[in-house]
Parts: sequence; structure tokens; C-alpha cells
Amino acid sequence: MTNLIDLTLSDLVKKIKSKEISSKEITSVYIERSNKSKKLNTYVEQTFDEAIKNSEKFDNNPNFNKKLSGIPLAVKDLFCTKNVKTTAGSKILENFVPTYEATVTQNLWNEGAILLGKLNCDEFAMGSSNETSYFGNVISPIDDNLVPGGSSGGSASALAAKLTPATIGTDTGGSIRQPASFTGTVGLKPTYGSCSRYGIVAFASSLDQAGPMTRDVKDCALMLEVISSFDPKDSTSINFKRPNYFSDLNKNIKGKKIGIPKEYRVDGMPTEIENLWEKGKTYLKDCGAEIIDISLPHTNYALPAYYIVAPAEASSNLARYDGVKYGFRADGENLIDMYEKTRSLGFGDEVKRRIMIGTYVLSSGYYDAYYLKAQKVRKLIKNDFDKVFNKVDAILTPSTPSSAFKIGDKTNDPVSMYLNDIFTVPVNLAGLPGISIPAGLDKNNYPLGLQIIGKPFDEQVILDIAFSMEEKINFKLKTNDWWIK
Amino acid sequence: MSKDQYIIEKNENKYEVIIGLEVHAQVLSESKLFSTSATKFGSEPNTQVSLVDAAFPGMLPVINEFCIRQAVKTGIGLNAIINKKSIFDRKNYFYADLPQGYQISQYKDPIVGEGTVVLDLPSGPKTIGIERLHLEQDAGKSIHDVDPGSTLVDLNRSGVALMEIVSKPDLRSPEEVNLYIKKLRSIMRYLGTCDGNMQEGSLRADVNVSVRKLGSDKLGTRCEIKNVNSIKFMQMAIEYEANRQVELLEEGNVVDQETRLFDTKKNQTRSMRSKEDAHDYRYFPDPDLLPLVFDNQFIENIKKEIPELPDQKKNRFIEKFKLSPYEATILVSDLDTSKFFEKVIEKSDVKLSANWITGELFALLNENNLEINESPISPENLSKLINLISDGTISGKIAKTIFEIMSKEDKDPNIIVDEKGLKQESDPKALEDLIQKVLSSNKDKVNEYKSGKDKLFGFFVGQVMKESKGKGNPQIINKILKEKLNG
Amino acid sequence: MPLINYHMSIDLKTVKHISKLSRISIDDQKAKKLEKDLNAIFKWIEQLNQLNTDKVEPLTSIAETTLRFRKDQIESKNIREDILKNSPKDNKDYFVVPKVVE
Ligand SMILES: [Mg+2]
Ligand SMILES: [Zn+2]
Repeated sequence: MTNLIDLTLSDLVKKIKSKEISSKEITSVYIERSNKSKKLNTYVEQTFDEAIKNSEKFDNNPNFNKKLSGIPLAVKDLFCTKNVKTTAGSKILENFVPTYEATVTQNLWNEGAILLGKLNCDEFAMGSSNETSYFGNVISPIDDNLVPGGSSGGSASALAAKLTPATIGTDTGGSIRQPASFTGTVGLKPTYGSCSRYGIVAFASSLDQAGPMTRDVKDCALMLEVISSFDPKDSTSINFKRPNYFSDLNKNIKGKKIGIPKEYRVDGMPTEIENLWEKGKTYLKDCGAEIIDISLPHTNYALPAYYIVAPAEASSNLARYDGVKYGFRADGENLIDMYEKTRSLGFGDEVKRRIMIGTYVLSSGYYDAYYLKAQKVRKLIKNDFDKVFNKVDAILTPSTPSSAFKIGDKTNDPVSMYLNDIFTVPVNLAGLPGISIPAGLDKNNYPLGLQIIGKPFDEQVILDIAFSMEEKINFKLKTNDWWIK
Repeated sequence: MSKDQYIIEKNENKYEVIIGLEVHAQVLSESKLFSTSATKFGSEPNTQVSLVDAAFPGMLPVINEFCIRQAVKTGIGLNAIINKKSIFDRKNYFYADLPQGYQISQYKDPIVGEGTVVLDLPSGPKTIGIERLHLEQDAGKSIHDVDPGSTLVDLNRSGVALMEIVSKPDLRSPEEVNLYIKKLRSIMRYLGTCDGNMQEGSLRADVNVSVRKLGSDKLGTRCEIKNVNSIKFMQMAIEYEANRQVELLEEGNVVDQETRLFDTKKNQTRSMRSKEDAHDYRYFPDPDLLPLVFDNQFIENIKKEIPELPDQKKNRFIEKFKLSPYEATILVSDLDTSKFFEKVIEKSDVKLSANWITGELFALLNENNLEINESPISPENLSKLINLISDGTISGKIAKTIFEIMSKEDKDPNIIVDEKGLKQESDPKALEDLIQKVLSSNKDKVNEYKSGKDKLFGFFVGQVMKESKGKGNPQIINKILKEKLNG
Repeated sequence: MPLINYHMSIDLKTVKHISKLSRISIDDQKAKKLEKDLNAIFKWIEQLNQLNTDKVEPLTSIAETTLRFRKDQIESKNIREDILKNSPKDNKDYFVVPKVVE
């Protein structure tokens, strides 16, 4: 029998349901391994004692009709969890304990999952390397000086290091797909409006979506099925008939038309990525899909537009962190002084930089030149996708323009850091679903991912395509547990 | 140029005052605009605050349909354009009682567009333009005077729905402002969209004031006086501010466009913020909300709920009841007054009822500083009193006595008449006896009368009345007296 | 049609103004660093000016639906204790902040 820790989520669910293993058994295995993996700095809050208690409670009175019966899970610390500290990776929320639960995490617990703890992330999800967290950077299990990507870096790292059988992250400009790509795991950003934003610490409201991060595509479908729901508490949540992503998952993609956008062939992209992309096309053809060359002419403008829209929304979303109601407060002589000191000491440099960008682009005299312009560009990008989706069922691209980089490599050059999200950001701007699956390794043996982009609410289509490709790619994530020794 | 124009004269220059109002009217609703907490006034601090109202991380707004209907209803009452698509924006600024760090409001695309309100000026009707009406959230309350070192914040109000009603700069005097606010309040109370209670802050206004030389058609620089919460203070603030601006101009200075506060202790306006720290609200569409869209049917359904409004009611009173425009205006100005009136006239004479309500009853209420719905005399009992006069049971004079008694104890006037024996004496036989008695004891006066001193007739009436202890029916007394004296 | 390609440079004064609007105090050294960073970022952002968007409608919301309405019902109870629990200054009735100076 394989090691328990190596079981995928869906296998684990089966084994618990067939009573081959107990919830406490598997919970203890994950806790033990997590305890040995402090070096990766993935957890900001551990709820191990509670988890053991909950697993015992499950075992004493098991309900096997749930989708995640007795499964321990750690989640990104951007989800508010009732009575469990929630920080969003920021000093300004250092001691914040919500009295409420995010809808997506509640969906997990409703299906029988058990909280293991909260995973590190870039501060307020602003970053692509998990180096902006107040609680220190996260290390990738791939290599000891490598970033796991961001902002769901703690989630990606914990998943790849097998400290949780699956996890959820949030994706505003690539924060699920880019770290998944960097760590050889699967990450899906659902269509905007699929997963409720209620109880998720907001970064950029019109772009944020929660999504699953898993070891394989099957697990991804299972997790999506659990977390995707219509929520009346979120005005942007969309009420549509959600498929049974997990039970409907299949490899029949014969006749599907897959677009290859020429604009994603960018200068300086390593040939390994180019080759991987070619290989992806071959696999798809082998599965009976049709490859079609397409054009998304405004792709280049997505990233600069994103760096107007996202900071603008963030500057306003983060105004509530003012030291009055919760979190960190610095002393001040008067109210304004208190505000200025609290926010100066409470936020990290990247967050402050983005608040400043956002404040500037919305300020009087600049709104039309920046914010309005960006919303128009966003429309053009959306139109690009709408047009090609008349011809194709999905789009295949690389997930990132490079593999994971070294810790500290890009911290002094914001723009080069931002460029990391060049392939993922257009998907958020257009509100589309996108999945990143591991597709191979580069010359340093660092994982590389391919991204499949779908039409709105076509998660099942991209999952099926990913499922078919996964079999052909046959990627095996190998880490030698170096951080444990 | 009409007499009632408000003009400021200085150094032989004449100035007129241009006023525009931004009225904040609290929407009458059970729950808040974007959250499900209660809107009740006067509750314990922070007991009507949800996680949304206190802007906890991850909390999201969900709009209250009733508040939208209330805004549309008000728009219809203001004869305004209803916009089937409108957008909620964020107005960003930091303040202790603004937990989100922004107010959700409507900026470029409000729910209601241009409309009108008609004022009944002594010189005739005047139409005031409405620029727009939009929905927005109220802020919490900062309490500065309890704790010497700190400010306390109560968020009970935070998130309560407000309608901001912006007028065109069509108002020209403190008196017009008085009439405008009262008319607006009256319309909203008829509609049931705002209770108009200024003491509780349900209605307050930002007052924009500028002055210009009479005859000029160019608007001067305006100052905005923030958050004035009584009509009296609005009027005082306008007078002070207009005179301050005239003074500045006459001294060759310019008026700075700024936000000012009305200091109710000094009766002065003062500058609120330095220009350096001028607000930049960074409005942008709220990404947590989608466009607010409804169809014609939605508006049509609301139109069906619109009651008779003050102007219509006034016309009906004039046409149907033949009331004077003056009486009608007074009787419809307040919804409760009009209801009181209509209750009384269900069973009583209209003209007499109008007289008694606008006369005796209003005087009584004024004297005791009471609203009509606090009237010590119920409409039912007032109606009975009026009927006692109409059917001759009591005289107008006795009626006043009974009214006086009723004002202390809301009792059926029939009972008072019985108990106090105040019933009018209309039996000709009984009255004839009294008259005979008076004439017999005043023979000399009778002779004087008969020799031509007609004026003495009043004296005999008075004497008979006195004998009847005020209860004699004057018409019958007159009739018999005339027969006796002239016969 | 000629496309505008300009860069509005952000000076130190602007940086300080933005920091004031954002209610984030910054010292001179930080301000200088930010001036440099922001200029680099905006120079990059302004490649958007190569694009003529005169006839493009801005995208206001990505979800192509309209606002859903809620019934006017009170569902939230008195949760004062929960609301004030995380507050940095202890008070059982109110949020407490330093004195506001007008
Ligand atoms: Mg105003
Ligand atoms: Zn307002």
C-alpha cells in the first residue's frame, strides 16, 4: 500500500468512506508532517488540537454521505474563519479573530472537511512570490531558495510538500494558477461569480475569485464542486445551474476546438516553455481535439490595465483598516495622526505602494486618464475573448512566462515582478475560468505549467481538457523532502 | 419686483441671495440600505450594527428593495424622471464614523433625475427645480463631548438609507427655504417615504449660498454650509452667510468656495477645513455592486401606490368644499392635519370645520406646542361639537366654553352639555317668559326704544341672554323681541 | 490619428499628497523611494496610451447581470459584543478613537 500521505484527495475520501482509514489517522499524519515542515513557513496559524478533536468527533459519529467526509484541510489565510485568527498576511490584522465564516470555507466544513490551519500568503494577496507577507516569505518545497509563487504561496507550498491533501486559494491576477505552476500542482480560478466572495478579505472586488489547488485534476473537480455555490450574501454571486464537476469529469474531448493565441508567444520566453506548449498541442490532437490559431490582439495591454484597476479597488477596499474597529492600532495625537501611523506601520511596502497607485489613479484630474482608460481596455480584452470563443471551446497557453525564481530576485524591481502574471491576468480581467496544470520541468528541474482558459461557466470543459492532458503528460512531482531532514 | 423679495443693501448696492439645498432625507424602512440591521431611532449605542455596517473584512453589501421603491416613489412625488438604470459609486474619505473608509452613494448616474416642487408663496406659486435624487448610506455618530481625551463612535446609523435631494439654485430667501423644506417634508410624509423628523435627524440639509448684484445673471462663488438640522438654523445660517459674502464683496475681496459649519451657539458660519486638505473623494463605481436596473412595470406598480399628494388634495378641497386657497393650503400642508380635517368633515359641516380647525384648534396646539396628532381633542369629539352648533343645540359662544373644557379632557361634548346644563334654550314659550320679565323691569328703556332709539335692541338681547345664563337661542330671542317691541 | 504618448511624471509633492489622501504617513526617504518606484510603474502603465479607446464603452461590471434585491427584513440581531470584541480600545458600548480635531 502506498504511503497515506501520497494519496490524492479523492482516494483519501474513498478510503475513509470504506473505513480503511479513520479521519483521526489521516489528520494525525498530516499534523505530524506539518510539524516537521516548519522550515517552509507555510502556516501562519495552526489549529491542530482542534483538528484532532474534530476528527475524533467525526470518527465517533461518521457521516459518509458528504463529499469530503473527515478530510483535514488547510486554507489560505485570506478566508475569514470563525474563531480562528485571520490575518491576510498583514500586521494590520495581526490579532484579528472573525466571529464569522467565509461562504467557501463553510462549504468545505458543511461537506465534512476539518480545518488544519491557515496558510501564509502575500500581504492582502498582493504579490507573486509570497515575499510580501508580514509573517515572512514561504519557501517552495521544490528548492530551498525558491519562491513558491504568490499570492497563494503558502497554499501551493503546503500542497506540494504534502502538508494538506488539497487546499483553496484566491486568484485576483494569477494568485492560484501562478503558484500552482511554480510548484507542480493543479490550480483553478473559476468564472467570476461562481464562488462567493463573502468572508474573503477583499483585494480587488471585480477580480477576486476563490478556487481549488490540488494534486491532480480529479481532486480539483471535487474541490470545485464543494466550494462553488450561489450566495445571496454576495451581490456578484451568480445563480446558475452548477454541474457535478467531479462525477461528470471525463476525458471525452473529441472534436473540441482549442485556440492557440499568437500574442502569448512573448519575447524572452524560455524555449522550454515554447516546447512544452507545442507538446500540449500534440497531446490535445492525440485526444481528438482540433487546434486553431487565434489572436487576442489586446493581450499586451492587460497587465498595465490590471495595475490600474486592481490597485484602485484595493486602495478603497483597504480603507477600512484604520485602527478603529479591529486589528493593529498605533498611538496618535489625534484621529488623523492615529490613522496615518497605524496604516504606515500596519501595512507592508508592497501594499502601501499599491494603495498609493490606486489613490493616484482615482484622484481628481487623473480618473479619466487612468481608471476610465483601464476600464475601456478591459472591455477590449473582454471583446477579444468573446470573439474567439465564437470559434473555439477553450484556449491553451503557458501559465507563466518563466519557471519559479529565487527568493529576493525580483523584490527590488516591481515591474519585473508584475510581469510574472502576464498570462494569467487577462483571464481575471475578462472574468473567465482558467486552470493551470503541471506540464513538465525546465533545465533546473523546476515545474512548468500550462493554462487552459474557458468560456464563462465552462469549468467542466476546461476540467475535462485538463483531465485528458494530465494523462498524456503524466507529470510526477518529486521532492526529496529536503526540508524535513 | 415683488415686495416679498429678499434683498441685502450695502453702500447703495443691492444684492440678491441664491440658495440651493442638498437635503438628506432618511428613508423610512425597517432595515438598512445594504444590511439587515434595524433602523430604529434612539436604541442603545452599537446595538443595531451588523458585520456589514461595521465594515468587517470580507463583508459585502446587498441592496434593500424597499429602499429602492421608496426612492422611486419620492421621485414620482417630485414629478421627476426615474432612471431605469443607475450606478452605486464609492465616495472615499476617512472619518471615525465611516467604517468602510468610503460611503456608498450615487454619483454620475442617480436613480432619480430632474423634477419640481411648487411653493405656495403669498405672491403666488413658484416652481423650484430638483436637480436629482440619489440613494446613499448614512454614517455613524461621533460623540466628542463625553470623554475628554477621546471621541466615541456609535454605528447604529451607519448604513441607514438616505435620499439626497439636490435642488437647483432656485431659492431666493430664507422664507423660501422654509417653505421648500416644509413642502418637501409634506410630500415625503404623504408618500410615507420619510418621517421628516428633524429633531431625530431624519431630515437635514447642506445649504449652498451665494450672492450677486441684483440684475446680474452670473452666479457668484458659493459656500456650502454643512449638515444643518433645523429650518430656523438654516434661515439664520443663510442670513449670516449672505451678509458675510456681501461684506466681503463690498470690501473688494473675493468669496472663497469652501465648506462651512453653522455654529449654533454663536449664530455664525465658520470655515470647516483648510483648502490645503481639500477633499478628493475619488469616486468610482462600487465593484461589490452591479448596476441597479428595473423595468417600466416596476415603476408602474409603484405609481399605483402613490396617494393623493398635497397639491392635488389642495385643489380638491378648493373645488369640492369651496374652501379658500389659503384655508386649503393650511389644511393640506401637513398630512396629519389633512387627515384630521377629513375625519371631522365626515359628519360635520365643511366650512364650520375648516374654521374651527384653522382657528380654535390651531391656536390651542400652538399655545401648547403640540403636533396635530397630539391634539387633546379628538376629531370625533370636535365633529360632535361642530354638529351641536349646526343643529342649534348650543351657541357659538357656548361652543367656545365647551371647547375649553374639552381641551383639558377629551370628552363627548354632548355629555358636557348635559352635565353642565349648557343646552341652548330654544323653547319660544320659555323664552317669551324671560323676555316679558326683562321688558317689564325696563319699562323706561322700552319707551325710549319705541320713540326711535333703535340701538337699544341690542341691550334687550343682552339682558335676555343674561337671564337665560347664556343659553337662550339668539335667533329665537331676536324674533320674539322684535314681535313684542314692534308689535 | 496620432496617438498620444506622454508620461506624467510624479514628483515628490505629488507623492506626499497621495500619501496624505491615503492616510499613510511616509518619511522623506520613503517618499523618494516611492517617487522612483511610482515613476517606473507609471511609465510602464502608460503604454496604454498607444491604444485609442475613444469609442470604447468602459466595462463597469464583469458579471453581465444586474443587482439582485433583498427583502426589507431585519435579520441582524444585537451583536454589539462581537462587533466591539476586536476593537483595539476597550469599551463595552462604543468604539473609541483619539479626539477628533475639526
Ligand atoms: Mg453635500
Ligand atoms: Zn449626501
